[in-house]
Amino acid sequence: MLTYLIRRLFAVAVMLVVIILAVFCIFFLIPKWTGIDPATMFVGKQADKESVEAVREKLQLDDPVLVQLFEFFKGLLVGRDYTSGGDTTHCSAPCFGYSFRTEQEIWPVLTDRLPVTLSLALGAAVIWLLIGLTVGVLSALKRGSLWDRLAMTGALAGVSLPVYFTGLISLAVFAYQLDLVSNSFTPFGDDPVKWFSGMILPWITLAFLFGAMYARLTRATMLEVMGEDYIRTARAKGLKEPVVIGKHAMRSTMTPVLTLLGIDIGALMGGAILTETTFSIPGLGQAVLKAITDRDLPLILGVTLITATAVVIANLIVDLLYGVIDPRVRLG
Amino acid sequence: MTAPLHEETAAETAVVEPALNKAEKAIEGRSLGRIAWERLKRDKVALIGGTIVLLLVLVAIFAPVIAALTGQSPNERHEDLIDPLFSTPKGALGGMSADHLLGVEPVSGRDILTRIVYGARVSILVGFLSAFVAVIFGTILGTLAGYFGGWLDALISRVMDMLLAFPQLLFIISLISVMPNDLFGLTGTGVRLLVMILVIGFFGWPYIGRIVRGQVLSLREREYIEAARSLGAGRGYIIGKELLPNLVAPITVYMTLMIPTNILTEAALSFLGVGVKPPTASWGSMLSDAVSFYESDPMYMIIPGVAIFITVLAFNLFGDGVRDALDPKGTR
Repeated sequence: MLTYLIRRLFAVAVMLVVIILAVFCIFFLIPKWTGIDPATMFVGKQADKESVEAVREKLQLDDPVLVQLFEFFKGLLVGRDYTSGGDTTHCSAPCFGYSFRTEQEIWPVLTDRLPVTLSLALGAAVIWLLIGLTVGVLSALKRGSLWDRLAMTGALAGVSLPVYFTGLISLAVFAYQLDLVSNSFTPFGDDPVKWFSGMILPWITLAFLFGAMYARLTRATMLEVMGEDYIRTARAKGLKEPVVIGKHAMRSTMTPVLTLLGIDIGALMGGAILTETTFSIPGLGQAVLKAITDRDLPLILGVTLITATAVVIANLIVDLLYGVIDPRVRLG
Repeated sequence: MTAPLHEETAAETAVVEPALNKAEKAIEGRSLGRIAWERLKRDKVALIGGTIVLLLVLVAIFAPVIAALTGQSPNERHEDLIDPLFSTPKGALGGMSADHLLGVEPVSGRDILTRIVYGARVSILVGFLSAFVAVIFGTILGTLAGYFGGWLDALISRVMDMLLAFPQLLFIISLISVMPNDLFGLTGTGVRLLVMILVIGFFGWPYIGRIVRGQVLSLREREYIEAARSLGAGRGYIIGKELLPNLVAPITVYMTLMIPTNILTEAALSFLGVGVKPPTASWGSMLSDAVSFYESDPMYMIIPGVAIFITVLAFNLFGDGVRDALDPKGTR
């Protein structure tokens, strides 16, 4: 178990380093090949020569990429010092540097926005798990029935609808026409009731898409599991059907569902860009989209790393849960 | 982005069992393609999906002809049809009229029908070509990993795992944002289209690669491969003539199911403003423009949304049908 954990954590570290390298490549090497000067890229096209040079010096863009990379890693692990015009500012670990645009420190921006995105993803996950598992199991148990056909048609329609379209429709109907819920985001600390009212539509919109995916997956897995020998054994020894399904079949059905849940929740940390844009929720996704269009490298690096870490941690938790849920899985 | 994952179990059952084929051949003399086609012909839902897909491809190809038939062009402005006070179209339902069957856009007054028709070009082009890129890379690398094994397999498998856990949307957006305006003799939208096709395809290949690797891994141990080898067949011959024909079915299934995912990604990118450049019409960018008008001109949001929905649903229905038809374990 311990060696397993250590091996996994090592893989996590490698993955994160690769991601940092990839981001550096995108923003330093590709512009070089295609003949764009990173300094002009960060300042904007209309900037005069002087401000370009100022940026180049401030961001140490003349240093080789490897040196910049080293400085970044150093900042992450032990913190780093910035010198500009005689003043030295210390940025303590974990230091993601300062935004190229707003000159704010990155770390507080990340810790500000992470809870917003996390509450969006987790709230939606609760709803989509409930919907997906219930619909999937019922459809599998009544395979070929009218319910099954209707549910699966609905699920197929669900996975074919983009989040920003269902989001806009629900905004137009429930927030504008019927005026049932709020159409804007309120921080939880300001007013929990208003926060809830503003989060309901984003949650349901996201859950509609993912619930449809999970229903399809649950149904397919359940059908496979119900054909297994140990289910026949359970029935043969006289167990009641609810016990066979709830205790024996559900455990194996949960394995692929959990795998997907780990990936999805992790990916939503940075991939909720669409939902956050549609509903104007000030989370990580909105921050990174703005950072990308601004070419604000430190902020992009920060969000990408947080996202990747979230994906990896979620996957790790899921892998550990396998051992608890599915008796066939032994970690080693 | 995660959608193809859910089809995994299903696609794995779509393995072509060579032994089974031969048995069927001996008795009835029908090829796999023939059997699949006969099954597909009986699947009405899949046929409807296939017909819509075919129509969409025709619409995309003959977009200029359709525009000429309606007497409109996608970028012609009709500001006389816009209410100057609210910037929304005059008349009910977003300005639908005999001249403008689906109405006109707010502010500019451009004809929506022709823009939808031209938008189909972007969706279909990116959807198909990026899936094609993914299939080429996935098949080559998956076959190499599965057939040669050893360190090559370890390397390719690690890369695939890593790419699947990557925050893909973030990387796609970042990559597109650093691309110059001129590349390989293309400009503006041309560059964006090329980059979208390559990048979406690049992040899609591991899905195909994993399936192909798994197939090759099990197929290369079969007796018929051993027989070919003992008769003195070279690696190239075995891979090209003995293995690849057996990979056609799972690859076809995966490619059909990958196209709608790619269409959704293109729409999402255009929605976020990193897809095609204005004034080129794309369903995603139309929806993004519609965000500011969802209260005053809901038709402008509904039309491109429904276009995306119908397209993706049709591809999904057709893809599911193809999968069932190619599945030798299927009972239909």
